[in-house]
Amino acid sequence: MIQPDWELFFSSLWPLLDGAVRGTVPLALTSFAIGLGLALVLALMRLSAKRALSGIARGYISIVRGTPLLVQLFVIFYGLPSIGVTIEPWPSAVVAFSINVGGYAAEVIRAAILSVPKGQWEAAYMIGMSHSRALTRIILPQAARVSVPPLSNTFISLVKDTSLASLILVTELFREAQQVAAFSQEFMLLYLEAALIYWVICLVLSTGQGFLEKRLDRYVAR
Amino acid sequence: MSPADLPAEPSPPADAAASAVLLRVRGLQKSFGSNRVLESVDLTVGPGRVLALIGPSGSGKTTILRCLNGLELPDGGTIDVAAAVGADRAGTGQAHGRGANAVVPVTIDFALKTSAKQLGALRDRSAMVFQHYNLFPHKTVLQNVIEGPVVVQRRPVSEVTIEALALLERVGLTDKRDSYPFELSGGQQQRVGIVRALALRPQLLLFDEPTSALDPELVGDVLRLIKELADEGWSMVIVTHELEFAREVAHEIAFVDGGTIVEHGDPKLLLRHPQQERTRQFLHRLLHPF
Repeated sequence: MIQPDWELFFSSLWPLLDGAVRGTVPLALTSFAIGLGLALVLALMRLSAKRALSGIARGYISIVRGTPLLVQLFVIFYGLPSIGVTIEPWPSAVVAFSINVGGYAAEVIRAAILSVPKGQWEAAYMIGMSHSRALTRIILPQAARVSVPPLSNTFISLVKDTSLASLILVTELFREAQQVAAFSQEFMLLYLEAALIYWVICLVLSTGQGFLEKRLDRYVAR
Repeated sequence: MSPADLPAEPSPPADAAASAVLLRVRGLQKSFGSNRVLESVDLTVGPGRVLALIGPSGSGKTTILRCLNGLELPDGGTIDVAAAVGADRAGTGQAHGRGANAVVPVTIDFALKTSAKQLGALRDRSAMVFQHYNLFPHKTVLQNVIEGPVVVQRRPVSEVTIEALALLERVGLTDKRDSYPFELSGGQQQRVGIVRALALRPQLLLFDEPTSALDPELVGDVLRLIKELADEGWSMVIVTHELEFAREVAHEIAFVDGGTIVEHGDPKLLLRHPQQERTRQFLHRLLHPF
């Protein structure tokens, strides 16, 4: 059994956490926020009676879900410059991850909206609400409850997927780990350390999910 | 709160009220795909009058009700709602109804293209009580009741809340004001459903099988409340399977079958001496289920 190099472990903790705090976490948060907004728009387009709108949304979702995230990332960062569009690493990553989250979360939100009974729409119309007001005040709050577990999944996946950004030169947790590992030749230790930090971040997120579910469940029979 | 209060307008004499018309439906037609649900429906409801629609399931009676609230868009026919008519029972002289819409008559010809605005005006006149209550589960009882008046009608929260609490007290649910619908029994939920409808200050109350989803022992409370409202002079259209209740509460019963009103008339007469064979068969089946 090889004795782990604890000194290296602790001394590398700082650059790794720095990468998490300045790279992974803001990258995930920004992309998720933008992606969620995009997803809501896509979900509503998908549910629209207008064929053109639902067709566009359907096509978007199909392409995003049908192509690897890594390929999307490379197309944006390495591909676009060849047609004259050059985007910096960080914005490239945000764009790619947002587009990706948008595609996946759109289906979650669509399903959540559909899960609200039709009678809720009718009651909202009955009291005089317009479609958009019924959506925002009556339907979406109920859909939110349903969509928290699957959206948490999407978010947790996103946190881990941000490690792909290391391949387009974004300084984040995994890229820091790679650099320290290359320098110290302690690959096992550094990658396990990176894994540990990802895991801790996701534990925090799962706890947050638990709180959120509990809060949104206060009006549901248990 | 009393229905159909109107400023300025003098109260019509009692016998005139019987012949006045609040709601007039002519030639209402509706198909779902190739399925003709409403052939041609004509009906009228006078101010302060109660019309009960009875008939077998699938006969179209619920569809009629939903057309009156604009939840279904008829393919043809006309619906007229008079300007806020009726006696100012409370004598308050308070302007009544859901915004400016309530003081002008609404006329919609569904053969022409119907705008969302027209449908909104129609919807403003009536309030519906649903078979499955359809309370908003993420809102408390009080929030359910004030949502429409505050958010849609833009009336002051304080005023609406006072009115809502008075209505809740009347149906014995004051202590449930901050409960969520799942914490209530079916009968309590339906009473909240009725209060939610009343709080909108409609001219016409629509009941869609209000007790069909209730446990038998809870039906009485809800029916008693509807009866009270009828006695107070609310105008109503009630879809129901409770013949006994219909006889008691309605001024007129219409038997609906195959998308038309087969016959209508005085409740006691119609239930005892139906003129049409189809009505006879239906009543026989209902009174002698086995």
